[in-house]
Amino acid sequence: MGIVSPGFTGRRGGGKDLPPGQYLTHEFPVLSAGPTPHILTDHWEFTVTTETGEKYKWDWAALMALPAEEITKDIHCVTRWSKLQTTWKGVSLDTLLADVETGADFAMAHSYGGYTTNLPLDDLLDGQSWIAYEYDGEPLDPEHGGPARLLVPHLYFWKSAKWVRGLVLSDTEDLGFWETAGYHEYGDPWKEQRYAGD
Amino acid sequence: MSNYLDGNAAAGALSELFAVDLTAAIAQCNGCGNTTVFAESRVYVDAPGTVARCAGCDTVLLRVVTTPTNTYLDLRGLTYLRVPNS
Ligand SMILES: [Zn+2]
Repeated sequence: MGIVSPGFTGRRGGGKDLPPGQYLTHEFPVLSAGPTPHILTDHWEFTVTTETGEKYKWDWAALMALPAEEITKDIHCVTRWSKLQTTWKGVSLDTLLADVETGADFAMAHSYGGYTTNLPLDDLLDGQSWIAYEYDGEPLDPEHGGPARLLVPHLYFWKSAKWVRGLVLSDTEDLGFWETAGYHEYGDPWKEQRYAGD
Repeated sequence: MSNYLDGNAAAGALSELFAVDLTAAIAQCNGCGNTTVFAESRVYVDAPGTVARCAGCDTVLLRVVTTPTNTYLDLRGLTYLRVPNS
């Protein structure tokens, strides 16, 4: 059963945790625009392709060998639910991209199943994004994007691509799955950038 | 448990755009060529928009996003829609 509190119930007081137009939920709603891919970690691969076509690849063992971080962040879905203080474990994109040679300004995240979403590369760096593979102390459930998803909690949650399998870096900003169908190209929840033109 | 509905679930979103009932139309998938009545497609509504996919190959046939000011319709996954003349 859903426990949904309309309006403010932010736990840090003052309602400052909830961006405009959002309500608080203690559930973790599952949104999906297609069938849930079931990717075995044995078959999982993450590829960064630069603007010159250079490819950098990690398999599951390589991801696990990288330093992991415990992450506690609020998440905000464009369908208006927010969930506070969610806990994740994953590898920072700073770590993954440290040795990637690029001058690109934009990234397109690609997922198993065909989903895409676009982000400025700067929004993936400086401790702002992760490849997350645990949620709430458990391996990430396929429904929530497991075995690994992108986590970019400062933007609306459609940017945190489930079942992520790679990033394609580019000098030009292309639009992803929802961004080509009317959603905002950037998606800052605090500026309520839900739709194109907001 | 499946997380999709049949094509009739898109009827509401499509009726905002079309004067005819598209769920009865014949649709051809651009991915696999599968040709079926649109109502047999798989429709995902627990998402920021309505997404209809081919029951044969999961290609996105159609997307509808309704914003406060506009409705976006993407039909690129459909080779054609065939609607009987009334
Ligand atoms: Zn098909």
